[in-house]
Amino acid sequence: MGLLYGLIAAGLALIFGLMDVVNFAHGEFLMIAMYVTFFLFAFFAIDPLLAAPLVAAALFVFGAVVYLLIVRFAMRAKANAGMVQIFSTFGLAIVMRGLAQFFFTPDYRSVTNSWVGGKTVSIAGIYLPEPQLIGAMLSIAAFVALYFFINRTDFGRALEATREDAGAVALVGIDKNRVFALGWGLGAALVGLAGAIMAIFFYIYPDVGASFALIAYVTVALGGFGSVFGAFAGGIIVGLVEATTALILPPSLKSVGIYAVYLLVVFIRPRGLFGSM
Amino acid sequence: MDTQFAQRRRRDLIVAGCLAVIAALVPLFVKDVYVQNIMVLTLMYAALSQSWNILSGYCGQISLGHALYFGLGAYTTALLFTKFGVLPWFGMLAGGAISAVIAMALGYPCFRLRGHYFVIATIVIAEIALVLIQNWDWAGAALGIDIPVRGDSWLKFQFARSKLPYFYFALALASVAWLVTWWLEDSKWGYWWRAVKDNPDAAESLGVVVFNSKMGAAAVSAFLVAVGGSFYAQFVSYIDPESVMGFQFSLLMALPAVLGGIGTLWGPVLGAVILIPLTELTRSFIGGSGRGVDLIVYGTLIVVISLALPRGLVSVFSWRKEAAR
Repeated sequence: MGLLYGLIAAGLALIFGLMDVVNFAHGEFLMIAMYVTFFLFAFFAIDPLLAAPLVAAALFVFGAVVYLLIVRFAMRAKANAGMVQIFSTFGLAIVMRGLAQFFFTPDYRSVTNSWVGGKTVSIAGIYLPEPQLIGAMLSIAAFVALYFFINRTDFGRALEATREDAGAVALVGIDKNRVFALGWGLGAALVGLAGAIMAIFFYIYPDVGASFALIAYVTVALGGFGSVFGAFAGGIIVGLVEATTALILPPSLKSVGIYAVYLLVVFIRPRGLFGSM
Repeated sequence: MDTQFAQRRRRDLIVAGCLAVIAALVPLFVKDVYVQNIMVLTLMYAALSQSWNILSGYCGQISLGHALYFGLGAYTTALLFTKFGVLPWFGMLAGGAISAVIAMALGYPCFRLRGHYFVIATIVIAEIALVLIQNWDWAGAALGIDIPVRGDSWLKFQFARSKLPYFYFALALASVAWLVTWWLEDSKWGYWWRAVKDNPDAAESLGVVVFNSKMGAAAVSAFLVAVGGSFYAQFVSYIDPESVMGFQFSLLMALPAVLGGIGTLWGPVLGAVILIPLTELTRSFIGGSGRGVDLIVYGTLIVVISLALPRGLVSVFSWRKEAAR
């Protein structure tokens, strides 16, 4: 579970690290990804595991479009830039929730009879639910891919460079908007991947994103803004804390542990564990 | 320059006085309960947003956890009344005082954080409080508290038959919040806060005690919001944790100030007057379908206004004035 949190958070961290924008509609991106997975499964009988790349691709396009239509303008705001970003993405979140209610109705849906849903495997006597295990493995794979992508490819370097100094980048002929749009696409694609996996074992409904969005922000901040690796580490910590809290406290209190750990960490290290900003 | 500023302040005060008088007369002509209800909510949000604006707008410490103080106010009043029979008027003051103290206690560690780390800390603290209250059986847990209605009286601040007393209290609250902001704008604190907002390091080096200014702003802001919460508890006579302390509520409280103009005297009022009736009308006219059309309209509005007018709706007025000059 922690690794999936990490994956959701990595998308947020990428967007944030790239241009200092917190996407308050991140949870709704997740919601859309889960619905896409559901409909691919319901209408075309594509198993969520196979659908994952398709969902990621769809979310990539969606993320890029959101950047071009909304965020691009939010970043141009001359005054109160922070508030404009928060509330324009928050407004977007409300619109997306409304659209989901309108088109998909508020009913709870779930993917049933997928390849791995509901099965468990036993490793050395420990029983693990299969979807979560596969989710964890896919998350690790995605992180490794992301790491190489950012550090080893031209686009990854362009991304880093744009983050460092957008003005200088423009001088050497890189289109800032293109890089940012691709960055948003990539961030959304990561959420898409997470959403496809989570659709296997979570109910899907219009407000589902809200419950994960806050945890994603906490995860990113815990790891430290500006560090994708931090988001990964943050995800693991959040997952562990959640599991530990569930052992000691009643389930209704499980998120308290995560929040308390966040507060503890930032009170000691005001920039998160690995943060640079 | 100085006299111009003094002139502007005097003019603001006169305009506010006139508006308050006009607002006070409106219920004499508008008898419709539904409309009166919207007016009460509008005034309440104007007051809340104005209070939020003190900490987040003037002092620049953006809090998205103010639902905590609203909820504290609502719960203190409701619990004191239902469990101990303490009159809501005392509950209101108690709630305000508790909130102010808690705001400072929380500010002690939180004000060292900056930017997004601070914002997330405020969200997280409010969420923790929400979960704790949801699990606190004595305080009604997730079901909340039903405040028994024991007849109309000013003493108990309960009115089942008429909305008017609530209306005038909300008007008074909004006026007080406005006056406090107006007074603070030209006080030592007001200047400190703006310095802290613009550049905390420079302010510190010039002798502003940054930490104390933030604490002062937090206390004033929390106190007023808690009084608003107490009022709300009496107004709806039923509270539950999610509706008074949820994260959504923190955002709703900030929204009028942000859309109207953050860090301005008139922003929260203007934002509330436009936003709240619009929200209520869309909800009742097109929200009935249960299919989220009201959310779509509302969300689109937020996106468009925040993108088109980053300084808020008040900037439309100042822009006109500059053009006329």
